[in-house]
Amino acid sequence: MRNTYLSLAKARVVPTVVQVVVVAVTKRQAATAIRQKLNTLKVTLCRLTLIVSALFVGAANSAVLPTERADVLYHAYSGDGVTIDGPSVLLRKNIGGKVSVSANYYVDTVSGASIDVRATASPYEEVRKEKTVGFDYLNNKTLLSTSFTNSSENDFEANSVYVGISQDFFGDLSTISLSYSKGWDVVGRRGDESFEEEADRQKYGLGFSQVATKSLIVGFNIEHISDEGYLNNPYRAVRFLDATTDRGFSFATEKYPNTRSSTAYSINANYYLPYRAAIYGDARTYSDTWGIKAQNFKVGYIHPIENDWVFEVFIRHYKQDKADFYQDLFSRPDEFNFMARDKEMSSYTGVTAGISVAYEWQFSQTATIKKSAVHFEWDYMKFDYDDFRDATAEAPVGEEPLFGFSANVLRIFASIWY
Amino acid sequence: MRLFNKTSVRLIMVACVATLGSGCASTFDSINPLANLEPWVKPYERSNLADPIMSMNRNPVALAYAKHVFESREGARGADGGAGGGCGCN
Repeated sequence: MRNTYLSLAKARVVPTVVQVVVVAVTKRQAATAIRQKLNTLKVTLCRLTLIVSALFVGAANSAVLPTERADVLYHAYSGDGVTIDGPSVLLRKNIGGKVSVSANYYVDTVSGASIDVRATASPYEEVRKEKTVGFDYLNNKTLLSTSFTNSSENDFEANSVYVGISQDFFGDLSTISLSYSKGWDVVGRRGDESFEEEADRQKYGLGFSQVATKSLIVGFNIEHISDEGYLNNPYRAVRFLDATTDRGFSFATEKYPNTRSSTAYSINANYYLPYRAAIYGDARTYSDTWGIKAQNFKVGYIHPIENDWVFEVFIRHYKQDKADFYQDLFSRPDEFNFMARDKEMSSYTGVTAGISVAYEWQFSQTATIKKSAVHFEWDYMKFDYDDFRDATAEAPVGEEPLFGFSANVLRIFASIWY
Repeated sequence: MRLFNKTSVRLIMVACVATLGSGCASTFDSINPLANLEPWVKPYERSNLADPIMSMNRNPVALAYAKHVFESREGARGADGGAGGGCGCN
């Protein structure tokens, strides 16, 4: 990488040298000696400035391979009666100056039961393992990326491939990228060996980012996703009035359409403050053919202290309008062709506040390990539902309190750069 | 399902317009009003942008996990990974 930057520096220094020489030979003989010395000094300073600048802006030039690093992370989510935790290991290594390979191994260990499950079934425990291998190829200002992911658990198998291309232009101030991915899911159901359904997914992405000023980067993204196949969650059920039961209601299997198309648009900005700190923000709007509409925004602040500590805080707000076929309570099990009571299909708002701290050790750039860090990140999430009621509460049917819950999310990880 | 549906075609068209707007296609320079636009932030002015705190994906392993948590709890999906967020934020 560094060789690339030095080459850029040299390319920009050469015209300056030519100008200096031309200027020097056209002046009077008496001033020539002094001017030559001054110009030599100017050229030297210019060369040094450009080389140093090029070294500093190395990471700012997006037409480079991803940074070589290794991360070992422990994650934990706890909320709504569910605990999910496990490790994630991410390794990235460059081969020569044009190829980078990466591998990620991720595990979710799920235990407990969310409100959707508590109302209809027993708590459970399961493990999901996800493996990803990636390959990036850099050619001048074009970065080609591809990856393959497999996710496996006892009742779900998913495979997906991703290809992407990213191109820098306009003096490396602008980047445009296109991506496509396709996924194949096989859905099972615990306790029912004969149950097996399939679903396919395609994603089309377009991204554009622009260096707006020497302290501001802005960007936007569009992503279109199409699903086809069995899109239900086999463990979630709709609730309908049933006077023959003590509680006054019963549950039946959800019925979803077998296609779904969604489009999301987002914008983002990062701004470097007059002192060494940064603020950032992003906003997204979303809609799909199921009638779900959602908007979210996030703002954050990053504050390093010296070269050791990095503190960050953020707040994120999410608001969603329900799917057309969502209801908390139906009048009968076959009331409509499509019926859902999955709370992620309802109308609700969510707020997440996060804080993180990292401690970094910087080593020599010639050492095998150039930098290392430990990170602690904690998010607090709160969700309040507008039309999803707590069916486990003791209350007349349809008059149960609206549901809401909070969750804590931890990420603790160590990183090395080499 | 068709390989390219209506929205996908729109995305490709937007990409083509953006590429032409960049002035990359010299054939169109004479009719492109943006062709004379010069990069206004010089390489030696990008030290702020190069600071890791300006990266949109400072810690990929943690960002991927955070994205997974939101996708699991929310109905919305997509356009949240800074896809293509090149821009000097590597």
